[in-house]
Amino acid sequence: MRTETRLVGRMAALIAALLVGSLALAAEEAGPGKEEAPKAGSGWQHWHVNNNVTDVASVQRGARNFTSYCLGCHSLKYERWSRLGTDLAIPDKLMERDLIPPGDKPTDYILTSMPATDAANWFGKTPPDLSLMARARGRDYLYQFLKTFYVDGTRPTGANNLRLPTTAMPHVLSELEGLKVAVFREESKNEGGQVVKEQVFDHFETVAPGRLTEAEYDAFVRDTVNFLDYVGEPTQAARRALGVWVVLFLLLFTWLAWMVKKEYWKDVH
Amino acid sequence: MATTLPGGTQPEKKGLWAWINKRLPVTEFIQDQLTGYYAPKNFNIWYFFGSLALVVLVLQLVTGIFLTMFYKVGEATAFDSVEYIMREVDFGWLIRYLHSTGASAFFIVVYLHMFRAFLYGSYRKPRELLWLFGMAVYLALMAEAFMGYVLPWGNMSFWGAQVIVNLFGTIPGIGPGLVEWIRGDYGIADATLNRFFSLHVVAIPLALLGLVALHLVALRRTGSNNPDGIEIKEKIGPDGHPLDGIPFHPYYTVKDVVGVGVFFILFAIVVFFVPTLGGLFLEGPNFEPANPMSTPEHIAPVWYFTPFYAILRAVPDQRMGALLMFLAVVLFLFVPWLDRSPAKSIRYKGLPSKVALFLFAVSFIVLGYLGLQPAEGLYVALARIFAAIYFAFFLLMPFYSPIGAKQPPERVVYHAH
Repeated sequence: MRTETRLVGRMAALIAALLVGSLALAAEEAGPGKEEAPKAGSGWQHWHVNNNVTDVASVQRGARNFTSYCLGCHSLKYERWSRLGTDLAIPDKLMERDLIPPGDKPTDYILTSMPATDAANWFGKTPPDLSLMARARGRDYLYQFLKTFYVDGTRPTGANNLRLPTTAMPHVLSELEGLKVAVFREESKNEGGQVVKEQVFDHFETVAPGRLTEAEYDAFVRDTVNFLDYVGEPTQAARRALGVWVVLFLLLFTWLAWMVKKEYWKDVH
Repeated sequence: MATTLPGGTQPEKKGLWAWINKRLPVTEFIQDQLTGYYAPKNFNIWYFFGSLALVVLVLQLVTGIFLTMFYKVGEATAFDSVEYIMREVDFGWLIRYLHSTGASAFFIVVYLHMFRAFLYGSYRKPRELLWLFGMAVYLALMAEAFMGYVLPWGNMSFWGAQVIVNLFGTIPGIGPGLVEWIRGDYGIADATLNRFFSLHVVAIPLALLGLVALHLVALRRTGSNNPDGIEIKEKIGPDGHPLDGIPFHPYYTVKDVVGVGVFFILFAIVVFFVPTLGGLFLEGPNFEPANPMSTPEHIAPVWYFTPFYAILRAVPDQRMGALLMFLAVVLFLFVPWLDRSPAKSIRYKGLPSKVALFLFAVSFIVLGYLGLQPAEGLYVALARIFAAIYFAFFLLMPFYSPIGAKQPPERVVYHAH
């Protein structure tokens, strides 16, 4: 075989690998699939939310969770209430009764009523806008963040977090999840000839149960993250749906173009 | 059969088409450039990427025009306006993803196009100027992509601009003043964003179009090279056309349409199903607004710059690193004169040339990967090894390229399908 045919082969393999990789990513991005609620323990870095933004009921529950527990401090400054209602198929009456705060119009953006300067004074920093948090940090990040709060008396809020250590955010959901302490074990590590002891997270222990069971809390967090995923890119479901048709059209178009090419090239010898 | 009037003049043709042609050489142009332009018949898959680059250029221009209608330049408005496009403009998300994916696609296509030139010696005499114009297009494209990446004013836009612009500060003497002049401020700020917008939307696209035109004119003068690296113009048939040539239109127009179709299938899969490509095409930190007080964990440019970024970071001394990075790009310009092989095409070059090109392609990809990783430990060591291979490919070319070349055939190798 000629060198460049081999190179073509290798390049084709590379392109194929990239394609398969991107399809796998696509599958993961679209990925529904239920996962077992992870056990409270180490390995939290590998917990995956595996949410599905086309599960409208789940996103609706997430919207309810957000307005009940997050909106007190966090805004979604790029999302309008009306957009939320349309995308999540929530009737206007229900929207106005249950979700939109009194005084806000449906066309308003979803903004917290907490003044930013007060918030900065109270928490040390203004709670961030969450419109794009799922895109910036990732859905799994949010899931792990909401699942790894633990009691820590040394923090001003009384709570700390594995995903975001020394977070300024109090454990707002403790009423639901309950309180858990983190048990650390000491591990020695050899660092350039010096033995360094470090605290490594081992597992959580629940010290006070909350209103929800572990599985219920897990579902609560998944719905909430699912909602934030939707808010990060409200058009994503429409994007995938349109994409299927576009790719099908292009396949047909390319097949026709290929037939035309073959016909023309018959007389090249 | 045209009748001839007494006196030998042809009767004047009638109709709109004739009227136009009398005033503008439309038919002549089509005959010269498409139906009368003979291209070698043995083009393979590597010859799709030139026309694809043109398609992507048009795509970027058109989507860019629509984005400019809604984008609001300025440090207080830029980030919000991009989200406005993504959420509230009809199909704004599509236009934006076409443009952001198009940027990466542009580089994929151009890199493959350049690799084709390395495979078949398309930069060799008489096509040196064609290659230099192509390289000028590539340099303009790099500037265009860098400035475009700053416009959404995300945190990676900000810090990427910070890193790249500061590289000019390593130039002895004028460095610090030059950096300030580029930024128009003491830091990356509103003034910087405004001028980058102007350059991205007006100046560089104009330069790009001009350079692409020159690239095509030079191509028409010399004619295309081909996988056998032999000149088809040297074997002219009785009809006055090259024996191994076929008219560009219809043969290559219908063939290129197939290439465009395949390209758009892959392109659409990214745009509609994985527009961020796992952070490779759109990076996570760029979904947070620019924040001079908070540095992203790892600052990495978009993938198409990472081979050069890896070379920059492989050198402990920043000035030296910047110089080597600059050299890594500039060396491409000298390839027509570094390659001393009697054969143009890799098919008839010796084993050393084949091994060198393979190692170069591998080092480019590995450096690209390393540029995305943190600069520490093994990554830096690997970056040094592959940077050495990268430079050796160019600098040793005059010595290894003549070895073991074979005599190319008289006529191109073509098997009819």
